[in-house]
Amino acid sequence: MSALQSTRSAMRRDRVFGFLQPEPDFQLPVDTSHGTILYVDDVSVRFDGFLALNRLNLSIDEGELRCIIGPNGAGKTTMMDVITGNTRPDEGRVFFGQNLDLLELEEVQIARGGIGRKFQKPTVFEALSVFDNLELSMASAKGTWKTLFHRLSPAQRSRIDEVLEIVGLQEQVQRMAGALSHGQKQWLEIGMLLMQNPRVLLVDEPVAGMTGDETERTAELLVSLAGGHTVIVVEHDMAFVRSIARRVTVLHQGSVLAEGSMDQIQKDPQVIEVYLGEEA
Amino acid sequence: MLTQRLFLSDWGGLTVLVLLLALMVAVPIANLVVPPDSPWHLSTYWVALLGKFLTFALLALSIDLIWGYAGILSLGHGAFFGLGGYAMGMHLTRQIGDRGVYGNPELPDFMVFLSYESLPWYWWGFDMFWFAMLMVVLVPGLLALVFGWLAFRSRVTGVYFAIITQALVFALMLAFFRNEMGFGGNNGLTDFKEILGFSVQARETRVGLFVISALAVILAYLAARFIVTSRFGRVLVAVRDAENRARFAGYRVEHYKLWLFVFSAMLAGIAGALYVPQVGIINPGEFSPLRSIEAVLWVAVGGRGSLFGAIIGAFAVNGAKTWFTTAYPEVWLFALGALFVLVTVFLPRGLVGLFRRRTREDQP
Repeated sequence: MSALQSTRSAMRRDRVFGFLQPEPDFQLPVDTSHGTILYVDDVSVRFDGFLALNRLNLSIDEGELRCIIGPNGAGKTTMMDVITGNTRPDEGRVFFGQNLDLLELEEVQIARGGIGRKFQKPTVFEALSVFDNLELSMASAKGTWKTLFHRLSPAQRSRIDEVLEIVGLQEQVQRMAGALSHGQKQWLEIGMLLMQNPRVLLVDEPVAGMTGDETERTAELLVSLAGGHTVIVVEHDMAFVRSIARRVTVLHQGSVLAEGSMDQIQKDPQVIEVYLGEEA
Repeated sequence: MLTQRLFLSDWGGLTVLVLLLALMVAVPIANLVVPPDSPWHLSTYWVALLGKFLTFALLALSIDLIWGYAGILSLGHGAFFGLGGYAMGMHLTRQIGDRGVYGNPELPDFMVFLSYESLPWYWWGFDMFWFAMLMVVLVPGLLALVFGWLAFRSRVTGVYFAIITQALVFALMLAFFRNEMGFGGNNGLTDFKEILGFSVQARETRVGLFVISALAVILAYLAARFIVTSRFGRVLVAVRDAENRARFAGYRVEHYKLWLFVFSAMLAGIAGALYVPQVGIINPGEFSPLRSIEAVLWVAVGGRGSLFGAIIGAFAVNGAKTWFTTAYPEVWLFALGALFVLVTVFLPRGLVGLFRRRTREDQP
């Protein structure tokens, strides 16, 4: 890392009060001085000849709330896999900020470095309490010996309380995560991502299977998180997307079909054709 | 603080620990102090038998730690048990000195018989007790490190991992059966005389080994409790239930599995080392795949994922085995089969589940 880069990352404008935050874990010095936090450049992924991503280009600004929609098989999940290091693309590059090539990093490094991912199916540690779930997800030393002798500090405890409040699970703190309702599990998982102090939240179908009330609360939650974090939501539920989205990207057959505000998207003839018969 | 953490809401574990401590005191008294004609006298046969059960309990504990908490099913833990046993057996063989059948002060009997010229290099150092004890943990630990590193790095899990551990222990058995390996082949190592200058046959030595075995189980239990109640332990449960989530939370899942696997292998090695002087022999039969599977079944019967359940299971199954094989030898295998069917169908949480069910319902 060059001296210039490290100086820049130490003097970042958006983190002037960074030292006040509990244990930030941004080990990767991300340079977002041009406003872009994630840049997917001409990425292609092939599975047995099937083109899951076809020269996908995508640019996400820092603090943005971006919705990504598209029919089944459009490559939404594959795109997330590529960003989080789960799948290596055949061609193309992916940048975190201007300076970090995500393709050179391992999953764990990407996760620790500030990209959190929520799975499509709510995935929490079911045999552990809500508190433990959040504690384990916290940005802190994650080596084997460190965790063996670890003790929770008061600052860490208050960070957990803070996140419990954000996702509204204060009452459930001692319950087993496996005993939570479907919606509560989704919120817990979002809370777990927040514990990682991520720059980017990748959220895969957050309202699938939720009741109307729960969907509404989730929408509020995600909107409130944008700004402080960059939030990327992949979703099928058009009503939900309309309620939160400022900017929408439509994927189709592994590449971007259209991009713009919800109104623009809905008038786009290509999008209408792809979604023929669907609500959009 | 620490004691609270280790024992809080672990009544079963506490009970087992108290029982073990009671045995540690009662068995030596009943064998050495109580006169032989008293009904309270415990014969040396029983001391050795209970001592053997203790080493099995330690092996079961090491399996429960990885299976119950990290979800790693090893059907080859006999490999580590056996290697620890062989390291101890090699030391005891060296202690025989010139009291062997051939009276050769340099070479063990089987090497004289196979006309070895000199001691193979891998036997060097085993005449020293400290070196042998080091090998008891190092050899199983190193094998677990290499084997686990290869397996976990390639993300081999579940049934596939279980199968390759079976292959591992089977390969070891075939290798140790060969005379050219220099470990006594088919007959293994036996006819031990002394351990640290004490006669292996003397009942005082037997009692001493029993006490040390009980102590080893107690210490291993406390160490395992420390691990599973730490944040490390919760990471293990997280990995067991949602490996990908744990990985995306920033944990190097492979490191956790490997660390625990190596620790577990070392415990199994210690169990093997304590087993050998008490039964007086180590042979390649310990590497039989069936023995490893049996050890996993002790854990299943006792109750997976509770640590003390493994200790109970080891005692229950082996106690039943001892009783059946003397009373109704031809029935034993059927009884064993029936036991497993019954436990699987009626007690999915093992024997421990019998006591746990009531407390669980009290909780919201």
